[in-house]
Amino acid sequence: METLPPAESAVVQRIASDLKGRPGPLLEVLHAIQAALGYVPGAAVPIVAEVLNLSRAEVHGVVTFYHYFRRSRPGAHTVSLCQAEACQSMGAAALAAHARRRLGIDFHQTSPDGRFSLEPIYCLGNCACSPAVMIDGRLYGRVTPERFDALVADGAPSP
Amino acid sequence: MTTLVYVPGDAGALSLGAGEVARGIAEEAARRRAAVKVVRNGSRGAYWLEPLIEVLTPRGRLAYGPVTTADVAGLFEADFLNGGSHALSLGATEAIPWLKGQQRLTFERVGIIDPTSVADYVKHGGYQGLTRALSMEPAAIVQEITTSGLRGRGGAAFPTGIKWKTVLDQPAGQKYVTCNADEGDSGTFSDRMLMEGDPLALIEGMTIAGVAVGATQGYIYLRAEYPHALRALRTAIAAAHQARYLGSDVAGAGKRFDLEVRVGAGAYICGEETSMLESLEGRRGEVRVRPPLPAVKGLFGQPTIVNNVVTLASVPWILQHGAQAYANFGMGKSRGTLPIQLAGNIRRGGLVERAFGLTLRELLYDYGGGTATGKPIRAVQVGGPLGAYIPASQFDTAVDYEALAGIGAMLGHGGIVVFDDSVDMARMARYAMEFCAIESCGKCTPCRIGSTRGVEVIDRILAGVDGERNVRLLEELCETMVQGSLCGLGGMAPFPVQSALRHFREDFRGRVK
Repeated sequence: METLPPAESAVVQRIASDLKGRPGPLLEVLHAIQAALGYVPGAAVPIVAEVLNLSRAEVHGVVTFYHYFRRSRPGAHTVSLCQAEACQSMGAAALAAHARRRLGIDFHQTSPDGRFSLEPIYCLGNCACSPAVMIDGRLYGRVTPERFDALVADGAPSP
Repeated sequence: MTTLVYVPGDAGALSLGAGEVARGIAEEAARRRAAVKVVRNGSRGAYWLEPLIEVLTPRGRLAYGPVTTADVAGLFEADFLNGGSHALSLGATEAIPWLKGQQRLTFERVGIIDPTSVADYVKHGGYQGLTRALSMEPAAIVQEITTSGLRGRGGAAFPTGIKWKTVLDQPAGQKYVTCNADEGDSGTFSDRMLMEGDPLALIEGMTIAGVAVGATQGYIYLRAEYPHALRALRTAIAAAHQARYLGSDVAGAGKRFDLEVRVGAGAYICGEETSMLESLEGRRGEVRVRPPLPAVKGLFGQPTIVNNVVTLASVPWILQHGAQAYANFGMGKSRGTLPIQLAGNIRRGGLVERAFGLTLRELLYDYGGGTATGKPIRAVQVGGPLGAYIPASQFDTAVDYEALAGIGAMLGHGGIVVFDDSVDMARMARYAMEFCAIESCGKCTPCRIGSTRGVEVIDRILAGVDGERNVRLLEELCETMVQGSLCGLGGMAPFPVQSALRHFREDFRGRVK
């Protein structure tokens, strides 16, 4: 298993300790770790388990159950393409094919230069403006291949 | 004199450039030394006109849209601050035909008010429902909800008053009010719009629920895909605390109610109520076997209300105007209004709140204007990824829980996804099974294994392998999942598959060699 740099290990320790008194704290703890480090490292699991008095299996089980929690370091920008029905009806599959070609990676992968991670997402709640894309938490609607290229060329412009 | 300009801060409007437009207007106003205050309201729900901006004039609120940054200078040139005419003029917002015919009760303030302002909320009728509730006995509040006929808007359509009564009847002790804001169905965005555009309505509804059943703590379980709604809710909760509508002495009536937002983590199944409770407790979102019902033994083992966003946000209106006023809308056993969401391949998509009873045809053509691509509508999926596909021959069906059940469909959370005639229904059937496989919590076999086998069987049909036999196998598999699954995910994921087989069999048969 990977080991964490001492600074990151301390971050995990502090987050878990700060939140352990809250009711049902595990998801809150994992969210805070991912917000701080960009992902939930495998080496964070035993630390969290120890602080919250849970088994490692319980913590591992929760981390792996939820699609949102990443177990590897993400690229500088996370690009999420909605693949659900409303976006499919407006060409989400073609946009996804374009995005794969443009970024040179498939879903769940990070580009070799570390700039982009590409993820499928199942509904962004923007279904009257399909197809929808989210980049680093910013939402974009009616995204054509041309607009997609402009968005990733800028990295992630502000909306 | 400062002119008020409204530019939506709603995520959908932002996704079309409303943020840049708001900045552009502020900058242009500064350049021209015009006194302008930009208010970030919610969306009116006419997404086909977003970004839709409004100016408050002596003639009321006048609308312009869809506005891009390139239009901003021209709008100032046309003196839009005084309602000047421009190519994007839409006239008085209230008079836009698409909006005018709607019956907005739950969404009465969405797109109108500043969602961060308690004062604006109160000015538009907010907290009158809570004030009335605080003067009533708990049982009378619950009776009011029962009499209104309000049913769960998340999709299950269970009578809200009965759920509340069960929680009220439990012995005193720690009880909870939880709001299911895990709006995961494709084609739905009414919860998101409400939370971003009028979050205090949800907060007031939950407070009334707490007063009614004796709960002092509320949780909103919000999906991680809604960062804009998270910011709106946290801001509104802080504002409500500040104004003493939350906390140890709600509205000076000596009752406590606290509220906290918890964020999900991208699991569709957590929209199922028992799975949501597991997730709130910090565990894997695996469904619980019922009974016990959450109303008896819910969050942390205590009696718990679990209601959807729109359900809870309808409560203040009901308390303010009375149960009968709400029940006067609707038809049959579907009382009140439903915020319907027109989505996917539709020309005029957005949110239509109307009393139950209008037909799919009125929605798809009168409101929706047909497809965005201009091709004929071939199918619509109503009620999310677990809802049936409905062919054009059934578009005269009314939007009503029982009427849709009568044609083997379901209304669910009120989302309608439109497909034109390029859709391949066998592919959509495959997607339904694939989605179920991705999102299954894994607790029961029919859902966990059945969905994966379903994808495989449809793949064989698509490849033209032993078609007739595999179609029969698929039908049997669907039956097993419907009958044998523990919750609605495995139990309803076959509905789109079965309806595709029933109404669009040619899309499967074409592959049969």
